[in-house]
Amino acid sequence: MYRYDEFDETIVRQRAAQFRGQVERRIDGSLTEEEFTPLRLMNGLYLQLHAYMLRVAVPYGTLDSKQLRQLGLIAEKYDRGYGHFTTRQNIQYNWPVLKDVPDILDLLADVEMHAIQTSGNCIRNVTADHFAGVAADEVEDPRPTAELVRQWSTLHPEFAFLPRKFKIAVTGAPDDRAAIAVHDIGLQILRNDAGDIGYRVLVGGGMGRTPFIGKTVRQFLPKAELLGYLESILRVYNLEGRRDNKYKARVKILVHETGTEEFIAKVEAEYARSPKPSVQADPAEVERIAAYFAPPEYDTLPAASEAFEQARAADPAFELFAATNLFPHKIPGYTALTVSMKPVGAPPGDASAKQMYRLADIAERWSLDELRITHVQNVVLPHVRLDDVHAVWSALVEAGLETPNAGLITDIIACPGMDYCKLATARSIPIAEAISTRFADPVRQRDIGPLGIKISGCINACGHHHVGAIGILGLEKGGVENYQITLGGEPGTDASLGERLGAGIDGDAIPGAIERIVDTYLDLRSDADEPFIATVRRVGLEPFKPALVAPGVNVSGESANAPA
Amino acid sequence: MPLLDRTGLKADDYTRDDPAAPAIIIPLASLDEALSNRAQGQRIGIDVPNTAVPYDLPTQAGIDLIAIAFPKFGDGRGFSIGHALREQGFTGTLRVWGALLPDQFAFALQCGFDEVEIDADRLARQPIEQWLAALGDVTLSYQESTDGTPSIFDRRTAAR
Repeated sequence: MYRYDEFDETIVRQRAAQFRGQVERRIDGSLTEEEFTPLRLMNGLYLQLHAYMLRVAVPYGTLDSKQLRQLGLIAEKYDRGYGHFTTRQNIQYNWPVLKDVPDILDLLADVEMHAIQTSGNCIRNVTADHFAGVAADEVEDPRPTAELVRQWSTLHPEFAFLPRKFKIAVTGAPDDRAAIAVHDIGLQILRNDAGDIGYRVLVGGGMGRTPFIGKTVRQFLPKAELLGYLESILRVYNLEGRRDNKYKARVKILVHETGTEEFIAKVEAEYARSPKPSVQADPAEVERIAAYFAPPEYDTLPAASEAFEQARAADPAFELFAATNLFPHKIPGYTALTVSMKPVGAPPGDASAKQMYRLADIAERWSLDELRITHVQNVVLPHVRLDDVHAVWSALVEAGLETPNAGLITDIIACPGMDYCKLATARSIPIAEAISTRFADPVRQRDIGPLGIKISGCINACGHHHVGAIGILGLEKGGVENYQITLGGEPGTDASLGERLGAGIDGDAIPGAIERIVDTYLDLRSDADEPFIATVRRVGLEPFKPALVAPGVNVSGESANAPA
Repeated sequence: MPLLDRTGLKADDYTRDDPAAPAIIIPLASLDEALSNRAQGQRIGIDVPNTAVPYDLPTQAGIDLIAIAFPKFGDGRGFSIGHALREQGFTGTLRVWGALLPDQFAFALQCGFDEVEIDADRLARQPIEQWLAALGDVTLSYQESTDGTPSIFDRRTAAR
């Protein structure tokens, strides 16, 4: 993991002190609320429906046990005992009090953490593949790039007041687990024919009310040119991005309205003109950062573990977990273990302080002191010995964290929705809870296979419904919540946006409709290995349309005795 | 309107009111006229909206000052314009004109601006002490400044 040097430390400390001063100047009237707003947003502090919300950066989702314990402490002391893992690998607290926030920032700084640029119209916290350093298909670990981008973007004087927020994601593998195609900039590390490392650069992807898949603006950007090229993209955006309408202000709209070719020409002209980037990381510096992400001290182990296989054979519950929540590790005898934060009937991504403490203990003992937060709002223990998986599972069972649903139908992404968010037009969390309750049976979930349901409570699409294999968008229609269902979205490799299945339906009708969609898929799939998304792509939406409406019921609602 | 730089409040030598004054700021569109009527030793500055393309602006010797409008503090186009002008070799005075916050002062200086012209109401609410104090809030920067202050990356290299 990256460790702060004296300079990183100084910046974060000074930034916390600066915010303390800004709060004081807001209270004494030197700053108006309008002026204070962008300043607090640049420190991750939103004013929500009921209270302030503080979003803490977890750069590229990586944490150690000490940091997670501190996050637990903050939840206990300054929130209602909970934190909420977000779709950008961060954690947010829904109930802090303004006067406490500077103290929280100090506590974060104590463990090399901060809330810098987790909100506001600036370059946001950078995200990366949560299996970085683990996945066998990796060309290069994306974390050194992500850390370099974090430093470059931190308090960047030119790009702190952009037309709108700006999100960057990095993958080091061809199998994209970082959803780079739906970010303002997506970076894929790859090798060219000469064997040199570089980046494929995507610009203008995004969700929200106008979703777009990112366009490739450079097929191969040499590694050393990254920051200069990013600055050229950002400068074109800062100068030319629309500022007349916040809903048209993201770079995706600029790329769309300018045209991809013309946009590329502008960026290349800017790049040709720029003498040098404002950050020049020499090779020694790149090496210094990369050294922090050198592989940890793994034991030399056989590829298979007898103890693990025996435990699987002996305990069906453990077998189900092992079959579902493990990801192959490139080092023999190890696995990356997903801890689902989606227990049946509970808000996706929530973690209690106690659970954070338990996860910290487990990571310290069994995962080389490392954890990852995923953009699907789960936690990964990246380096678990196969020999230890049963012990980890037993500890997770004690903490109520053993839900065997990673990647399955109840591993739902949902935004906070109308329960917390002032923008929301409908509830999200209760819909997620109802679906996960309906599909609670883990064996049935396994049978259905990989299926991402994503729920947004308004058209801003924080729940990523556009890229859900099943997407659910909550709107308000005549004072009543109304939900549109889309099918066929995919965030990763070969990314696609979902298409609307038909007219919106009531919230109560959602679990039934999802169930009929799933039944249709089970009927249509060529075999048990064809995942939901592949079937939808093969047969199209038409066969699924009847599933939207319960048999014998008109579109206005589902009758109480409709078949469940 | 009050004018300040990194050392505090300063007198404004320039005026927008009298084209014959020793130091004048005129709209960009009037530049040719002003240059042809230039009195011996007269300093000329131009007002530039933040919708300008920085690469199209006149930066030749003889332009003493460029004032970039900041119509709203949340509109950051001026930061890019200032930075681009310095990259293009402009060596005259760069001025922020309009709605800047003390908390943005350091960003403006890093982007190559020298001074900030704000209205009197803002200065009353955000006195000069706050502007100068804000410069000391964050004393390091990952990015290089156009004024040559070493970045964190430079400092690391130097320490190596």
